[in-house]
Order: sequence, then structure tokens, then C-alpha cells
Amino acid sequence: MLNKLYNWVDERLDITPMWRDIADHEVPEHVNPAHHFSAFVYCFGGLTFFITVIQILSGMFLTMYYVPDIINAYQSVYYLQNEVTFGVIVRGMHHWGASLVIVMMFLHTLRVFFTGSYKKPRELNWVVGVLIFFVMLGLGFTGYLLPWDMKAYFATVVGLQIAEAAPIIGPFAKTLLAGGEIIGAQTLTRFFAIHVFFLPGALLGLLGAHFVMIRKQGISGPL
Amino acid sequence: MHRGKGMKFVGDSRVPAERKPNIPKDYSEYPGKTEAFWPNFLLKEWMVGAVFLVGYLILTVAHYAPLERVADPTDAGYIPLPDWYFLFLYQLLKYEFAAGDYTVIGAVVIPGIAFGALLLATWLDRGPERRPIKRPIASSLMLLAVASIFWLTWESVSQHDWEAAAQQGAIVEEIDINTEHIGYEIWLTQGSCIGCHGDNMAGIPGVGPAVFESDYTKEEIIELVNQGIGEMPGGLFTGTEEELEILADFIAADGNPE
Repeated sequence: MLNKLYNWVDERLDITPMWRDIADHEVPEHVNPAHHFSAFVYCFGGLTFFITVIQILSGMFLTMYYVPDIINAYQSVYYLQNEVTFGVIVRGMHHWGASLVIVMMFLHTLRVFFTGSYKKPRELNWVVGVLIFFVMLGLGFTGYLLPWDMKAYFATVVGLQIAEAAPIIGPFAKTLLAGGEIIGAQTLTRFFAIHVFFLPGALLGLLGAHFVMIRKQGISGPL
Repeated sequence: MHRGKGMKFVGDSRVPAERKPNIPKDYSEYPGKTEAFWPNFLLKEWMVGAVFLVGYLILTVAHYAPLERVADPTDAGYIPLPDWYFLFLYQLLKYEFAAGDYTVIGAVVIPGIAFGALLLATWLDRGPERRPIKRPIASSLMLLAVASIFWLTWESVSQHDWEAAAQQGAIVEEIDINTEHIGYEIWLTQGSCIGCHGDNMAGIPGVGPAVFESDYTKEEIIELVNQGIGEMPGGLFTGTEEELEILADFIAADGNPE
């Protein structure tokens, strides 16, 4: 039955080559922890992606309840945390995932660095990877404000003060992020937009480029 | 791939009519114990992912995501703290050479050089050698950077007053008290009480707790007021003994005596 359905679609759209292109690739011995346990260091990139997927899914569920305005933001998070079924789990996964993704990405960066995998011909993939790192830090910074509690608000105040200290572009960057002179209603909606639309969009594009380049070039060889 | 004359298509589409066999690639001629990603390795990866997910979920239910009281921009006394992975950047700004007149150094120059070097690492370390031991400059600079990040984070964590932080952010429950009662009128005459516990008796974050926080009896409250407890000195009550009794009654009844 399923086979017939597959063949019916395949006949019309020729889908076999599409998914086989993604599925078919080799896992060399030196990156396979089943053969060399020390190869677990090659898992960090995959775990980073795994947590990123969880972040996207849990974030989608959070926006079902979250309200990005200064009157309701805190109340909606409080409600989500204390009243909504499994709300505490979903918010907990998003909260801890934000930390775990940084940890995994840090370890992945160190693995790539210390195995010298960023050398020719993989220069571009390294640059894209570091840009992903920056986007993730941006996601962490903007997401921190969203619950609109004391910690969130004052961390953002300090963060924007630091941004303002930069010469020439500092005040401009601060106004751009805060949406005006004061850190308030505009800042919250702006951070929300950056957190759920701008940065995830950039992240998906960069991740796509990261993966296409890996598939094109293959994993770096053994040391 | 078949090209040119003789190609057959599905209907008037551009999909070739000839099906390609749906079989995995053969990796037997690859070096070492090369394995197919699909489905062999993916299944193992999936199991590792499942174990990881269980640990992740345990963390989630063991430690709930924190939530402090609602943001109050007027509370200038709040000690701010960014999320832990920004602590090393935050800590840097506390050192003399990177703060005050030199904030630009701590906020822009040092992080800019560090992250800029990370971004361009592949062109700064151009040699063909991949082993970390064979490119000592790159390796030692990275180790230095990692050590600095750990040390700065450590310093930041140890310098932060975590107890005060927990108190200043704690959610204060709104307490409904009978402000018509004479006990509350007595409270309003006691400046030294209000100084720490607030005119609404609900406490002042970082200064004093709500007076209703612990369930004391009337007698215990009178003794606490006279003798003091913890950081609170005794004997500051300025009214008569009778007034103290009324106030103690009021507090013991959580602000709603009959």
C-alpha cells in the first residue's frame, strides 16, 4: 500500500534521487564512535543541530501563548509557566536548550579548530560556522528579554549600554535595537521580531549553506 | 545519465519515464570501516540522540526555567546579570583597563579582536599542518582564549551576590490587608518598620521580607519586635505596649483580623 503510494508519487515527480541525495553518504571510520570511542567529538555538530531543531519546535509552541507587549508579556509567560499543561516543560526545554546549544556549539567549534578542519578547502564553511555562532549569541541575547521580568529587563539595559559604548556606530546600533531612546515597549516588540523572524531566518540560511558545503566536500580526513 | 534522443517522459512533463533503481550506494571499496549513513549510522545516531534527549528532559523537570517578578524599570537598585554565556564579556568590563574611560577597549576592542580572529582563523593559520601540536601558535592562542573565557566566567560567578540576586528578583505575592484596621494605622506611624518592610507590609526586595512571611504567633511577634531577629534590631517600636499588641495581632492575623 505504502509502496504503491510511493511509486505513484515517484512516477510523477521522480522523488527517489532527491531524498537519496540527502540520505546516501558515507560515514568514515575515523568519525564513527562505534569504531573509535574518541570519535565522539565528531558528534557535537550533530547535537547542536538536534538542539536547534528542538529550539525551533519548542519556540513555535511558546508563541502560541506568548504575547509580545509590555502589559501582557510577563503575564503570558507566568500563565504558560504555571497554568498551561506541559507549559513548564516546553518553556524549560527552550530555556535549557538555549544554554545547551551554546555549549555544544562551543565544543563543536573547538573540535573543528583543534583537528585543523577549517583549513583549505573548508575556509568558507568555517566562516559560515562562525556566523552561525554569532547568530546564536544574538538569539540568546534577544530571547533573554522576552519574559519581561527583572532579570530580562536589566540584562538588556546593560547589553544595550555596552553596545552604545562602541564608537561611531554605537548610538546608532543602540537606537536600532531599542527602537528609540528608552528601553520599553518598542524594544520588546523589536526583540521579539528579531528573535522569531530575522535571526531564525538568517540561521536557517546559514545552516543550509553549512550542510550543503559539508556534503559537497565531505568530512575532513583523519589526522 | 541518459541524454538526448530517445528520452521518454511522463506525460508532457520533464520527469523522465525511466525509473532509477532505489538502492543504497556501495561503500565496500571505501577505506577502513566506512559505513553508510542511511540507515546504518543514522539508527545509532538516533539512539545517542534519544539518550541525550532523556538527560535533557530530566534537566528540564528537575530545574524549572526561572521567572522573576515583572520588570520594573524604575528599580534602579537592581544588580543586573546577563545569561551565563555572556558573563565573560560582562566581567571584562569590570577591570580598570577595560572600564570607565577605557570602556571602548573592554566592550569593542578586545572582543572585536577575539571574535574577528575567530572569524578569520582559517586565513591567520594558513599552513598545511592540521595537528594542533604542529601549529603551536594557533593552538596556544586558542587555549589561551578558552582559558580566559573560563576564568572570566568563574570570576564573574564568584563575585556575584547570588543570595541578594535571588531576593531582589523574587516574585512578591500581593497581600490583601485590611487598611481600615487600627493595626494598619499604627503601622503607618512606625517609620523604622516601614523603612525595611514597606508601607504595605509586603517587604522591599533586597531590603526586608514581608512581615507575613513566617507564621509567628502574636506573642512571638511582640518578642521579635522588642528583641530583634537576624539583621533586624529590636526595640525600635515607638508606640505604647497596647499599640504593639494591636499591631502584633494584626500581623499574626496576616493583615485581616476579625
